[in-house]
Order: sequence, then C-alpha cells, then structure tokens
Amino acid sequence: MSPPLLVVENLQTRFYTRAGVVKAVDGVSFTLGRSETLAIVGESGCGKSVTALSLMRLVADPPGRIVGGSVRLEDTELLALDETAMRRVRGKLVSMIFQEPMTSLNPVMTIGRQIGESLVLHEGLSRRAALARSVELLQIVGISEPAQRAREYPHQLSGGMRQRAMIAMALACRPRVLIADEPTSALDVTIQAQILELIGRLQRELGTAMIMITHDLGVVAETAERVIVMYAGRKVEEASVGELFARPLHPYTRGLMKSIPRGAARLQEIPGMVPALSNLPPGCAFAPRCPQASAKCRAMEIPYEEKQPGHWAACLYV
Amino acid sequence: MQEALYFVRRYPLGAIGAVIMALFVLTALFAGTIAPFDPTATDAPASLARPGGVHLLGADFMGRDVFSRIVHGARISLAVGLCATALGCLIGVTIGLASGYLGGTFDLLVQRLIDVLQSLPLLVMALVMAASLGPSLTNTIVAIAIPLVPNVARIIRSNTLTLREMPFVEAARAVGMSEARIALRHVLPNTLAPLIVLATAQVGSAILVESALSFLGLGIPEPHPSWGRMLSESAAEYVRTAPWLVIYPGIAISLVVFGTNLLGDALRDILDPRLRR
Amino acid sequence: MSGYLIRRFFLMLVTLFGISVVIFVMLRLVPGNITDIIFDSAGFVNPKQKQRIERELGLDQPIVTQYARWIGGLARGDLGYAYVSEKPALQEIAPRIPVSAKLAGLALVFSTLFGVTLGVVSAVRQDTTLDYVLRVVSLSGLSLPSFWLGLLILMACVQWFGWIPIYRSTPESFWRELGLLALPAAAVGFRSSALVMRLTRSSMLEVLRQDYVRTARAKGASERAVNYRHALANALLPVVTIVGIEAAFLIGGLIVTETVFNIPGVARFLVEAIRWRDYPIVQNLVMFIALVVVLVNFIVDMLYAVLDPRIKFGA
Repeated sequence: MSPPLLVVENLQTRFYTRAGVVKAVDGVSFTLGRSETLAIVGESGCGKSVTALSLMRLVADPPGRIVGGSVRLEDTELLALDETAMRRVRGKLVSMIFQEPMTSLNPVMTIGRQIGESLVLHEGLSRRAALARSVELLQIVGISEPAQRAREYPHQLSGGMRQRAMIAMALACRPRVLIADEPTSALDVTIQAQILELIGRLQRELGTAMIMITHDLGVVAETAERVIVMYAGRKVEEASVGELFARPLHPYTRGLMKSIPRGAARLQEIPGMVPALSNLPPGCAFAPRCPQASAKCRAMEIPYEEKQPGHWAACLYV
Repeated sequence: MQEALYFVRRYPLGAIGAVIMALFVLTALFAGTIAPFDPTATDAPASLARPGGVHLLGADFMGRDVFSRIVHGARISLAVGLCATALGCLIGVTIGLASGYLGGTFDLLVQRLIDVLQSLPLLVMALVMAASLGPSLTNTIVAIAIPLVPNVARIIRSNTLTLREMPFVEAARAVGMSEARIALRHVLPNTLAPLIVLATAQVGSAILVESALSFLGLGIPEPHPSWGRMLSESAAEYVRTAPWLVIYPGIAISLVVFGTNLLGDALRDILDPRLRR
Repeated sequence: MSGYLIRRFFLMLVTLFGISVVIFVMLRLVPGNITDIIFDSAGFVNPKQKQRIERELGLDQPIVTQYARWIGGLARGDLGYAYVSEKPALQEIAPRIPVSAKLAGLALVFSTLFGVTLGVVSAVRQDTTLDYVLRVVSLSGLSLPSFWLGLLILMACVQWFGWIPIYRSTPESFWRELGLLALPAAAVGFRSSALVMRLTRSSMLEVLRQDYVRTARAKGASERAVNYRHALANALLPVVTIVGIEAAFLIGGLIVTETVFNIPGVARFLVEAIRWRDYPIVQNLVMFIALVVVLVNFIVDMLYAVLDPRIKFGA
C-alpha cells in the first residue's frame, strides 16, 4: 500500500470568543490515501467544517486559531509553512468547494475570469490562455455553451451550474486533495445526484483524493470509501463505509442511522441538542443524549479504540 | 459597577463619549452654579480681556465673560439638540411606522415626500424654515426638527416593513390582536435599537445645524447665549486680535458633537447583533 | 436597463416638482413678506404704498396663482425678478454659479480621493492602531463645524502668514483661481472626506466578510489580490452611491464656508436673499440646489447601472 497522501495528527483548533474558548476541533487525526475518498459526517456544529478550513489554514484569525497538531501533505508540514508558501498550496495542491455557490462566487467578476484566476496564479498562464482553458473546464463539468457562459456573471447561472463552475474552479490546477464542504446541501434534490456523480467521475479521472464533508448519510453512502463520524469536535467512530452501515457501533452513529427515512418505518430522532462547545461536560460529550450512558461515561475520558479490525469507536459499551 | 467596568473595557471610545455627554448635561443643568458671571452682563472696561485670571477664557468685545457664556450656551445647545431630535423622532417614528405598516397609497405618498425632503441638504431646509418662521428659541427647534423627520421616517419605515413579515407578528395576528396593538406592542419595540443609534447621531447633527444657523444670524436670537452666534460675532474682525473668541466656542461645539458621535458608534456596535464578535 | 433609467428619470422629475411645492409653501408659512421688511427699516407703514408694492410684485394674488406663475416662468427659463435689486433673477444667480461650482468641484475631488483611500486602508487594517487613529480622526472631522474649520484656517493664515486669502472675481489665471480656492475647498472637503472615509470603511468591511472573499483565498490569491481585485471592486459600488450623498453634504458646507471666506458664490447669495426675504431668489436658488442634488444622484444611479453587472445584465 502506497504511503498516505495526507496525514492529520491531533489537530486542535480553538475559537476565542466573548462567551469563552470554544474547542471546535479537539484532537482529530486521520489519514488520506491517494485517490481515496474520505467522508466526515456529523450534525452542524460538530466541527467538521472547521476541520476542513483548518487543513487549508483558512480559519479566521481572530477569533480562531490552530493551536496544535500536525497536517502533513506528502512531505510538507502545512502548519509550519509561512503564509506565502501556504498560498502556493491553496488552489494548487489542496482545493476546496463550498456549500453556497451563489455567495461563494464574486458577483462582479465573470465566471471565466474566476476560474482562470488560479491558472494564472499557479501555472503562470496568460489571461488569454487561462480563459481558453476555463472554457474547456466548463465543458468538462457539463455546462452547455461554455464559451458563452465563461463571459457571464454568477447571477446569470442557475444554482446547479454555479456549483459546476465552482467545481471547475477547484479542479483547474489538478490538485492532489479536493475538500468538498457540503457541496450539495444548498441544491435541489434532483441536481444533487448529478453534482455528486460529476464530482465522483472527475475525481476518478484526475486521481484526486477527496474529503467529503456532509451531514447527509446518503451522500456518504454514494461517494465515500471510508468515513469518520464527528461529535463535539472529536471523532467518535471511524470505519469503511460498508462496515459502518452494516455494523454501526457508537450510539450516536446508530442514532443517525435511525434518523434516515426508510420506507414506512417511523423516524426516530436523537433527543437533546448538541452541547455548547465552550462548556463541555467532563467525560463523553454524547452522554446527555445517549440511551446507554452510565455514570462511568460521564466521569472519565473515553478512549478511542479499534473495536473491530479497521473499525474504531469511542464508547465504553461496544 | 461590574457592568460599567465591562462596558468601559470593551468600548473605550463609547465610554469616553458617555463621559463627555455626562459632563455636557451636568454643565447645562448646573450652569447657574458653575458660571462665575452672568452671561449677558456687559462690562465695558473688561472688553476683549485676555484669558486668565477673573475671565478664565477671556471676554468678548462687550466685556461678557466667555467661560460663562460657554457654560450657559451648553444649556441652549442641550435644549435645542434634545428637543429638536425628540420632536423630529416623534414625528418621524409616527410617520414611518404608519407608512410601513399601512402600505398602499399612503405609503407611496409618504415615500415620495421623504424622497423630496431628503433631496435638500439639512442646512438648506433648516435655513429656509428658520427664516420663514422668524428667530426665536422655539422656532429654531422646529426649524431643525422638521428636516430631521425624513431620515428617521425612512429608517423606521424600512424596519417596520421587515418586521411586519416576521413570524411573531403573524402569530400575534393569529391570536387575534388588533393591528394597532401589534404595531405598538410588537413592532415598535423592535425598531428601538436602530432608533436609539440614529437619535444619538441626530443630536449631534442638530447641534451642528443650530450652530450654523446661529452663525449665519438666523438661529438663536439675543439674549440667549449660543455657541454658534458667539463665533459669528467674533468672526473675521477679531480673528487676529482676540483668537480666544474663536477657539473656545468652537471647541465646545466640536467636543459635544464628538461625544455624541462616539456614543452613537458604540451604541451601534452594542445593539447590532451582526457585528458582535 | 433602459427601463430602469427611464423610471429613475421620471422619479427625478416628480421629486423636483415636489420640492418646488414644498419650498414655495415653506417660505410662506408665516405671514409677512418683503414689504414688511422695507417698511420696518423705514419705521412706519404706509398702507396704500404697501398695497401698491404688493400688487406690483404680485403678492396680493392667491398662493396657487403665484405658484403657477413661478413654475410657468421656470419652464420658459424666466425666473422672475429679484425683489431687492429688481433685476431678473437669472441675471443675479447665473454669474455666481461658476465660482461655487469650482469650489464644490475641488472639495469633491479632495474629499473623494482622501476619503476612499483612507477608508480602504482603514478597513484592510482593521483593528490595528492605524485603523483606530483613522477612525478617531474621521469622527472628529465629522464633529467639527465646517465654518469653525474655515475660521481656524483663516486664523492660521493670519497668524502665521500674515495674509488673508481674499477671493477676487477676476483672477489672473485659472490655476491662480484654484489656488485661492484651495483653502476653502479644504475646509468644506474635510468634513465630507470624514463621511466618505467612514462609509467606504464599512462598505469594505461588509464585503470582506463575504463568502467569495473566502473562496478567493482558498484559490491561493495573495492578500493584495483579495483586497483590491475582489473586495474593492465590490466595495466601490456602494462608494459610487456615497458620492451622491456627499453632494448634499457638500452644499451645506458651501453655505457657511462661502460666508466665512467671503466668496461671491451661489450659497452665500442664498443666505443674503433669505435675510432679505427676497423670495424669487430664494425659491430659485433652492430649486437650483435641489436640481443639482437630484441630478448628481441620477448620474450616480446611471453609473451604478453601468458598473454593476447584476443590473446591467438583469438578474
């Protein structure tokens, strides 16, 4: 097996706010192999988006700051790079697609120019060459009349087309890692499938590794090979996709599975709410909502262990 | 006490503004006690006395004590500033609330009227009003209040329009509340925050306009001491010979308006949830 | 886009019409007219003479008729006659326009350049010492009465240079004239530049918070590219609107500054005419001011329509 492309070890990101210090990412570690797709799943507020932003060092400072850990891309420690070097990584080695294509695209710049920007920046193309390549890219992502579209502005495109343009923008320089932060959450259901299929196809063609951030288990099943479940800034379970769906171990994961509509079966929600990250109780963060929680769960630090081959979880009772 | 310290640390500029305003109000209220001289008392031998000694900030060409006139002028500025702003806001809120809430032809008319009135600079409108009404304390207040109305009305109106569509208003309707009650009990309190910020800024504008009007001779008449008029009386002629006549009243105006601006900015930062860090 | 512009043009006309009515009414709120002033200074009132003068000036007609005569005249380019000088109003007003225009123009250039630049700098360096200093300075700029600033400048000239800048209406050259106007323009412009600075700063900050700025950073764009190519391009759109607001602001400053520096412009004339209750002059001058403000705003709207692709290529 080839060495992993990306190694994240004990990543810690904190936000210093008026209400206190929020440990948004509290010791997350994982690896990503070449061409592999890893999904990070969890409810809003669990820290998955912040993890993604931390990998690219796009966390707003202040109030956020990466306070510890390591992120190694091949041989380079990303957290140790100075800003100029990091900029050479962004867009070229690691790229990101965001959730809201309307607000994530500059309203006063043409699509073609926005896509071409990374090409001019990282590959030294002339404006003219970059524009030509942008048109090609628009074609590849399945936008009809790409030459015309390249001259248009974001508000002139539909939601699905805008997201395709974002994908073109992210993949323009053939990055090694693509981070997709809820790429389909803001889209119509019918378009979602198309976009996911597009991303998957391009990823395979380019051999790009992908981190798919989502709250939707359906998306996980569609796209990923391995999956990490996050809760309150930490990993609670990790396994291959097949294994996770067949044998979910952690009570939280099981709760998520039960919330997926399946035929006529009743939906079961997980009672309670995600805790405020600035005021976490000791012990397991999920204990207040867990049907199996005991006094022990609330008292001690729960170890993250390999419960079965290739399947880790942080729970005392599995 | 804890809260006050917290406020000072988080909004230092706002705290300075609050202190300035407090000083201003206190000076205005206790003018009689603070001022050593009667502001209107002339004293020919002391004409154009330099600052220092008995006349702390000097005396003007009629021998009137500058310091006392400034202190009493605070009273006038405060009165005009507060009354004009209050009046302008009262009218503006009523119009804005009614317009935003009722909609229809009334709203259209009001919108046009606001557009019209906002096309004229504040000073121009105040000038024309002051001139046509004649120089007196009350007339000056009215002359300044009226031009303030369109600004207030516009902001209140747009707020009302947004709030009117909000679920909690619908909920109130569903419970059977009358529109008037909803407007007063639910919509109005939610427009208070931007109104407070606006009003604080308007006080500053009102004081500046009043000083300009008085400077041009169309504002506060004798015998009330007005900072603006003190500057017009000393303009040009005494610029070289008695600079203290120009410097101190101007500092007074600037300081007070500066205080309102600082306070207004801090209030805006506090009350605008979007800007909270 | 042309539909948008036509609508704005029509609105402009309606606004101007509204202003004319408002002005007309405001001036006549309180009984008394120029005849009272004439007789005040004479010390007694001769009713017969008063009536005759009133009839000459058309003051005995019902208000609506007076208004109609004025508006009708405006449409023909006849502004009526000044009460004081009895010359045609247009003749009194027109020659005073150029100097005010130059003064206002200088002030506008000064305040826009300063204001926008400092506003952008302040936003890009948010919360640094420089930002705080600039914010305090701009706040004090807004707090100074502009006539006081003018007086202080005069004082400085007199104390340090022993010279008063006197404006002559027939200066030697264009550049000489601009030079003389520079100081009063600075006095007027200072307050405006503070306003522009604050508005630019908040507009820029708003833009920098947007998602697309984050996207630009995710592409690896440099801070400079992010600030200027992405953020500023978007922040400048509202700044164009700000210039429109500035116009109204500047005129207020003109009124007092022309008085302080004794410049024979339109704004100072307004004050004089008001003192004399010279209605024809006041009416027409205020209409003129309103026209300028409305026109500037209309031009700003047009510019906006051209510059903002969301309006140009309708959503």
